[in-house]
Amino acid sequence: MKLKWSDVTPKADYLNRRSFMTAAAALVASPALALTGKPSGLSTDEAPNTLEEITNYNNFYEFGTGKEDPARHAGNLTTDPWSVEIGGLVDRPGSYSVDDLAPANALEERIYRLRCVEAWSMVIPWIGVPLAGVLDKAGVQPGAKFVAFETLVRPEEMPGQSRPILDWPYREGLRIDEAMHPLAILATGLYDDALPNQNGAPIRLVVPWKYGFKSIKSIVKITLTDSQPRCTWQDLQPSEYGFYANVNPEVNHPRWSQATERRIGSGLFAGRQDTPMFNGYADQVAGLYQGMDLTKNY
Amino acid sequence: MAQVINGYLRRIPVWAVWLGAAIPLALLVWDTLTGGLGVEPVRDIEHRLGRTALYFLIATLAVTPLMRITRISLLRFRRALGLISFTYAALHVASWISMEMGFLWGQMLTDVIKRPYLIFGMSAFVMLFALAVTSNDSSIRRLGAAGWRRLHRLVYPAVLLASIHWIWALKLWETKPLLVLGMILVLLALRVLIRRPLGRRPAKVQTN
Repeated sequence: MKLKWSDVTPKADYLNRRSFMTAAAALVASPALALTGKPSGLSTDEAPNTLEEITNYNNFYEFGTGKEDPARHAGNLTTDPWSVEIGGLVDRPGSYSVDDLAPANALEERIYRLRCVEAWSMVIPWIGVPLAGVLDKAGVQPGAKFVAFETLVRPEEMPGQSRPILDWPYREGLRIDEAMHPLAILATGLYDDALPNQNGAPIRLVVPWKYGFKSIKSIVKITLTDSQPRCTWQDLQPSEYGFYANVNPEVNHPRWSQATERRIGSGLFAGRQDTPMFNGYADQVAGLYQGMDLTKNY
Repeated sequence: MAQVINGYLRRIPVWAVWLGAAIPLALLVWDTLTGGLGVEPVRDIEHRLGRTALYFLIATLAVTPLMRITRISLLRFRRALGLISFTYAALHVASWISMEMGFLWGQMLTDVIKRPYLIFGMSAFVMLFALAVTSNDSSIRRLGAAGWRRLHRLVYPAVLLASIHWIWALKLWETKPLLVLGMILVLLALRVLIRRPLGRRPAKVQTN
């Protein structure tokens, strides 16, 4: 029998259930659906952050602006059923399930560095599929130059959306060649388990050479277009957040120097580390931006 | 009524205010040692110290309007409140230098010059420093009462800069720092609106 997404036992449930079980029975309580991803040559060999760190320090303003708010408030989000609307300049527009987009046999483990524009960083073991494969499934038409993404709007389950702090829904976009790059993935899991809600369940984008805000969470809509899409942070403050948002230690955000970063979980006096160009993925992605002035296209 | 309260207040030694003011610091140390600060303690330590500094600065600013409106006098504690605020501000800056920036002096210097919210915060801190080192009787004598009072008007720009520093450091307009700025503006407005104390008042309150 093939396990479907709906067969995943929510983590809270199995942890809860486990707490009632005896030590012997705890063996049985191993997750109902552990996600396994094939190891990838694109993974970093840096040590990943702990699950606790990754799931308790999040920017996901749909659940509040505090770093702990998503862990606190995302539990009520219904992630099953879920569908992603793929439309625009594609051959096969329609509604796709998470299983359609990221079938178990296609999953890969991608251990990536994540760099936030606020100058902190983590290393995260994602489970997911290349975005290029997903877009190919929908059939990208030759006229498509950009990909636009949208997050769910459901204020009754996403308390942050009851305030007009951002122009909901959260929107992000990539140029088509960026979207087709092998490093860009759609993640459905984290540490051999389904993606926790606060990390963007059930399916999110991960673009490791860009600041974290480009990696839009809880995606419900993907649209292929011929013009550059609107992006939430760029709309809000274009002088601070560009469309590209490539990690670049030489181009400073007006309020945060981007030259260095703090690795989350490194301890009180671990200090800072230098931020590498394109978050350390320059060898793979620098070619995408050849001839572009990155101080203008930030 | 005010006289009764003032009677009780007179019995409170100034060191008791310092002791009370150490509670937020003790709680912060406790939370740090017991892991109560979550996965990124540096940010919490830094932000809590900064917020506490601002709260004590507001308390310092509230002394005069409170006296003018209710005739309850906390004047005896005002110097301590100001110095406590500076102590928290100094710890806030120290945590930024050591924990957040890891003693990267070069980057700190360029950041302070270039980033508006850091310029604001650092200017406020320099002003508070000037106030703290002159918060003693011999400075009042040396500067003269009028000169000393003129210098200590720096608390008004300092508190405004500190409050804007907080608002500007965030990515969005958040409620809490805006409320705090509102409270500061109300306190400053009260000084202008209620110049003279209501009714009669013993003249000796004017000292210090």
